[in-house]
Amino acid sequence: MGRITLDKVSKRFGDVEVIPPLDLTIEDGDFTVFVGPSGCGKSTLLRLIAGLEDTSGGQIRIDSQDATHVPPAKRGLAMVFQSYALYPHMSVRKNIAFPMKMAGVSEDEQNRRIDAAAKALNLTDYLDRRPGQLSGGQRQRVAIGRAIVREPAAFLFDEPLSNLDAALRVGMRLEISELHKRLRTTMIYVTHDQVEAMTMADKIVVLRAGHIEQVGSPLELYRAPRNTFVAGFIGSPKMNLIDGPEAARHGAHTIGIRPEHIDVVEENGTWQGTVGVAEHLGSDTFFHIHNTGLAETLTVRALGEVTLSHGDAIHLSPRAELIHKFDAQGLRIE
Amino acid sequence: MATQSSRSAARLMMAPAVILLLGWMLVPLVMTLLFSFKKYLPLRGGDLGWVGFENYVRFVTSSAFWPSVSATLIIVGGVLIITVGLGVLLAILLNQPMWGQGIVRILVISPFFVMPTVSALVWKNMFMDPVNGLFAHIWKFFGAAPIEWLSQASMQSIILIVSWQWLPFATLILLTAIQSLDREQLEAAEMDGAAPLQRFGYVTLPHLGRAITVVVLIQTIFLLGIFAEIFVTTQGSFGTRTLTYLIYQRVLESQNVGLGSAGGVYAIILANIIAIFLMRMVGKNLDQ
Ligand SMILES: Nc1ncnc2c1ncn2[C@@H]1O[C@H](COP(=O)(O)OP(=O)(O)OP(=O)(O)O)[C@@H](O)[C@H]1O
Ligand SMILES: [Mg+2]
Repeated sequence: MGRITLDKVSKRFGDVEVIPPLDLTIEDGDFTVFVGPSGCGKSTLLRLIAGLEDTSGGQIRIDSQDATHVPPAKRGLAMVFQSYALYPHMSVRKNIAFPMKMAGVSEDEQNRRIDAAAKALNLTDYLDRRPGQLSGGQRQRVAIGRAIVREPAAFLFDEPLSNLDAALRVGMRLEISELHKRLRTTMIYVTHDQVEAMTMADKIVVLRAGHIEQVGSPLELYRAPRNTFVAGFIGSPKMNLIDGPEAARHGAHTIGIRPEHIDVVEENGTWQGTVGVAEHLGSDTFFHIHNTGLAETLTVRALGEVTLSHGDAIHLSPRAELIHKFDAQGLRIE
Repeated sequence: MATQSSRSAARLMMAPAVILLLGWMLVPLVMTLLFSFKKYLPLRGGDLGWVGFENYVRFVTSSAFWPSVSATLIIVGGVLIITVGLGVLLAILLNQPMWGQGIVRILVISPFFVMPTVSALVWKNMFMDPVNGLFAHIWKFFGAAPIEWLSQASMQSIILIVSWQWLPFATLILLTAIQSLDREQLEAAEMDGAAPLQRFGYVTLPHLGRAITVVVLIQTIFLLGIFAEIFVTTQGSFGTRTLTYLIYQRVLESQNVGLGSAGGVYAIILANIIAIFLMRMVGKNLDQ
């Protein structure tokens, strides 16, 4: 069981309110991702849940028990840190055994759980090494192993993949998702990478300056962003946000159209412009279009290899039903 | 930089420095060795010729030799235990965020800037004097008879004075080591259910291992040769005659250069034995 409820939880560092009162429920077994720009309070929120920071107000409940003032070790949560935080002078085996040793688990049980975790995480050959003798990905797995053996009510991850290279990151992303499918334990995962958020989450919580901007499944956020911030944050490349007369034509203050929802047409497009930089990814191509008469540079995604080069004229048509409309406050108009 | 000619050029360029340093070390060493095989009494006939190992035999068989070795070891050991123990504690305290941290840190470091002679004099006259010393006043305030520190508790007094001088050094090195401890490791241990003392034992102390090794090695080198503190306070009486002080007495008070030189060679041997011992014991901490 691992249902976590935040009730008007707030956090102040001195005079600075990093997290204004905030409500959030994380259901048992969910993979929840906190995502937002740097400095928006994701880590702080996670550390409040872990108990590593004291709340300035509000209540944290874990499985409907008040845990606001419970020390971190007693909350039954396990955390994986960005720096892995392995104990450098202990072998991998001792690292993984540490939480069980502290909890007074019997030696036999310890070994059983270590072996199971090592097997699941491909660490069996490294159990006698020190963390310093492992690669980044292996260290990450040891940190996860140390969390698993505690059999926690929920796992907390703070940007666990940000120190890994791109290829390894994709691999570990899959492994963590796989682990979640197998264990069905609640996981809270902090990242500022929206691709990680989209691919892993059951539920995404988008944060800005300590505020929750929107909570929902990845596709909900993609299809119906509640405001311009979420619209610009979720999706890659970013949604085109257009102000001014063009938006007024649709009866909105701002309109948004995703690059993949603009078609390149032969002639009579809604917009005409010249091709700027073209980014060829093979599977698709991103064009940056200038001189459309709009204030903003447009990004367009074309499937496959499109042979247009710098300076060419281009005709574009947005798909009308996929245009998002926002009012002057940046809120979505349905 | 790896061609034959560049390497020999490098050797040529380095030669003056190497020769100077070698001479600096070798000349006194060779002179000590030479004198140790001679009967040399500056005020009673000067150089009286070669005597073989007689000085060596006389130095070891003198009743003062073994007590001086043990006094040396007790002082070094006592100071090491106190400075490392208190140093770790102080470093942890100073690492806590607190009001006036900068000033407190400077105050803690300041004893290191006081010259050994001066600090020994201050301790002797202002604190440990049985009539006017601060300790005597405190004792009298509580109705106890003042202790004559330098005669009744001579060893402890000297260890106290020397520890006071070296505590800042130990604290400083250990504080920088503690500051480099990753905060997330302590937090991980906290989440793993380690109590504060366990966190200290399993995370902080192992992290400090290397710094403690450095403190022990450097302090041992300097403490084996402490002299001013003893010269100013007890003059080697009341069981505080260390090997260094014994050599000083042989050379300057007995005017026997040969005998003192033999003692000097013994001191070198003792220092090396201790160094090997320490390296064996803690040196492996360094190459982790
Ligand atoms: N101990 C602290 N004292 C004062 N301010 C703090 C402290 N810890 C964090 N903050 C502030 O709180 C805000 C949120 O910090 P937090 O670490 O939660 O950001 P984050 O969303 O995790 O960012 P990142 O993606 O860069 O890790 C930041 O503005 C930061 O400066
Ligand atoms: Mg963070």
